[in-house]
Amino acid sequence: MLNQFLLLGAALFCIGVYGVLARRNAVMVLMSIELILNAVNINLITFGAYHGDIVGAVFALFVIAVAAAEVGVGLAIVLIIYRNRHSVDFDDVDAMRG
Amino acid sequence: MIAQNIFFYLLAALIVGSALAVVTTRNVVRSALYLVVVFAGVVGQYLLLAAEFVAVTQILVYIGAIMVLMLFGIMLTRARIGRDVQLTHDHWWIGLVTAVALVVVMGYALIDKFGDDALPRDTRIETVAGSNSATVSDALFSQFLIPFEVVSVLLLAALVGAIVLARKDRA
Repeated sequence: MLNQFLLLGAALFCIGVYGVLARRNAVMVLMSIELILNAVNINLITFGAYHGDIVGAVFALFVIAVAAAEVGVGLAIVLIIYRNRHSVDFDDVDAMRG
Repeated sequence: MIAQNIFFYLLAALIVGSALAVVTTRNVVRSALYLVVVFAGVVGQYLLLAAEFVAVTQILVYIGAIMVLMLFGIMLTRARIGRDVQLTHDHWWIGLVTAVALVVVMGYALIDKFGDDALPRDTRIETVAGSNSATVSDALFSQFLIPFEVVSVLLLAALVGAIVLARKDRA
């Protein structure tokens, strides 16, 4: 049973990685990052239940708090990009490309 | 254990299906709503693992706050909603190869190491007053007090930073 939870976390992580790499819209990239963070949380809580320790749940709470902060600042940055370029397409954000 | 297995597989199918819909659908708003379904499924998994406090926190913070923020972001960035919108790069197959390779490597490592282990039948967590929230708060305010305060400062910094970044320039 432990393995199934961990494999679910791994699958969700990889779906999030695909979303970050393949999506063009900035908000969609942020949503894929949330998928990755949820996969990590599943992993933490599974190991917390496996070892009989509450540390897994406490760490997952910290991950949730950090994710909330990151989404706030990330969306503020996306709003600035939109305000300057009137598009949130990541393919257009290539000013630093060589 | 049978009921836990059945519900685990039902919720896992829901989670994986909705996550795939999040990263492949053409409509941004539908992607956000599928993400809400993913979060709800993950809440069910937390309840299966007897982590009630984190499950309720996930509902409040992720579904209640972060998803609302995402939807506001979709609205404020005037995301084009329609059928002919290109939402995936031209080189999306690189992402697919990376993700598949990653899941194969991780899956092999997990099955190799944890193939035979099983979750204990009853949770062995030393509970305080028999309540999960009391145990979490006991650990949070005694053993993890410093990270707790640091996270508070982090949230304050993120709040101030987001406001400063997103306000209109007065110059």
